[in-house]
Amino acid sequence: MDSDALIASLQQAVPGAHLERAASSDLHTTIYAGRDDVPAVARALRDGQDLQFAFLAEVTAVDFWPREPRFELVYLLVSIAHRQRVRIKVRLDGGDARVATVSGIWPAANWLEREVWDLFGIEFDGHPDPRRLLMPEDWEGYPLRKDYPVQIHMTPRATEPLQVTAEEFRENVERDRLTRR
Amino acid sequence: MTPELKTEVMTVNMGPQHPSTHGVLRLVLELDGETVLSAAPTIGYLHTGIEKTAEQKKWQQVIPLVERMDYLSAQSNSMAFCLSVERLLGLEVPERVRNIRVLIAELQRINSHLVWLGTHGMEVGAVSVMLYCFRERELLLNINELLAGFRLFPSYMRVGGLREDLPRGFHAAVRAFLDRFPPKLDEYEDLLTKNSIYLKRTQGVGVISKENAVAYSLVGPIARAAGVDYDVRKYFPYLGYESYDFAVPTRTAGDVYARYQVRVAEMRESVKICRQALDRIAPAGAYAVDDPRITPPPKDRVYTEMEALIQHFLIYSQGFTVPAGDAYVPVEGPRGEHGFTIVADGTNRPWRVKSRAPSLLACQALENMIVGGLIADVIAVIGSIDVVMGDVDR
Repeated sequence: MDSDALIASLQQAVPGAHLERAASSDLHTTIYAGRDDVPAVARALRDGQDLQFAFLAEVTAVDFWPREPRFELVYLLVSIAHRQRVRIKVRLDGGDARVATVSGIWPAANWLEREVWDLFGIEFDGHPDPRRLLMPEDWEGYPLRKDYPVQIHMTPRATEPLQVTAEEFRENVERDRLTRR
Repeated sequence: MTPELKTEVMTVNMGPQHPSTHGVLRLVLELDGETVLSAAPTIGYLHTGIEKTAEQKKWQQVIPLVERMDYLSAQSNSMAFCLSVERLLGLEVPERVRNIRVLIAELQRINSHLVWLGTHGMEVGAVSVMLYCFRERELLLNINELLAGFRLFPSYMRVGGLREDLPRGFHAAVRAFLDRFPPKLDEYEDLLTKNSIYLKRTQGVGVISKENAVAYSLVGPIARAAGVDYDVRKYFPYLGYESYDFAVPTRTAGDVYARYQVRVAEMRESVKICRQALDRIAPAGAYAVDDPRITPPPKDRVYTEMEALIQHFLIYSQGFTVPAGDAYVPVEGPRGEHGFTIVADGTNRPWRVKSRAPSLLACQALENMIVGGLIADVIAVIGSIDVVMGDVDR
């Protein structure tokens, strides 16, 4: 199936969806989809008889800061049955970077979406496990955003030991002993 | 009166420093006796931000970086990166370069599978296999050294071709390896394929169904062992793979033993491809595109001609620009489909580089394979999915 037939078939499966064909330099048919259409389009791509994109190869994002809409979410899909590949792109505003999860449709999306949330700060509504994946859980900021500061020098942070005087220490022990009785 | 048995679910931290978790994978296991009730893989201990670093580099400078992601298939990584960039540039590399790349990629696959077979064998108790596998791998590393002067990360690939022409003695070295290797592979099989201890440790262990393999986006030998015959070399051929005669081995059991069978059969197929590729490669000839924007001039011209000196200086100080756009060219690496999503903004540095990591998705599916099994089998399963933590965490 060529690109036009693919888009027509997809449009037929999801009549209300806003689909827009984009130029592609490789063997992926590239389609821009509206943010609210993502779950319906994903389901149609997986379940359509002439589509059968059962294999989610990649979910990633690109940050075009300072341009708006700032983010572009990219899904790469493979139809093993029809030997076809498609790239679905979704534009997201910087102020409202959220999209519905597709982890219910392709279980593989679970970690891929977590990685995008971790590194770009794009939220996936309905995600079963929205935690950071690669960075530590208490990390601040989203490292792959273009406005994330690089090559900065931070003073090392250390935890101060608990400072008590000898008297306070003895009082604490004494108080502890009294309450225990 | 019999004393009441104490029943308690035990939580065990396996890794990140466990010797058989292949680097720094951490598993939080909940155990009921020896049975695994749940498993939560925790990753990120090796996250080095290579994708962010790559955004600060010029296009050619990214190659050493991406080679260090999946450190067992370095040349396969850099080849995937080059293919994506070349697609954006609209470059057509000479046929000789394509054949050399195929040869290098297949040698890299054998190399990676040998490390896998050795470490996996050792983990399930066959220590001698590791010694033999590393003996043959040494020959492959010697070929890398001959080729590029570096054994693990040769950085021999370049956007637009190769760094330099093949060294003298390359054909002889590769042919000597290809003649020596298949009998040695028979020896490894003698040690494992019908070894009843090995069979008991691997058959029916870590099973993943065909449906789940697709749903969890598993690729490469893991998927093919479960009956998914997806191989990028056959489905979306690149570098002229459609002109080579080779088979894609598949099994249907989906267990650890099937993965072993698939990988061993793949090594034999790779030897076949290598022989065909080697016959097609002339000892000397074009090793990069003839494009003065991208390929630096040979040194003897740099030292004698002003134009060549200017061209050399421009390429090494400014690099080249890549037209705005994005590209992803999938290749079949040792661990399955991988490739690089490249986004260019028309400058001499990438805007975004994203590696599709097959190991990351294999780690995600790990829970599916080990829950319900025994804790001793966890070791065999982790070994069988062949994760490289550098690829998982990047």
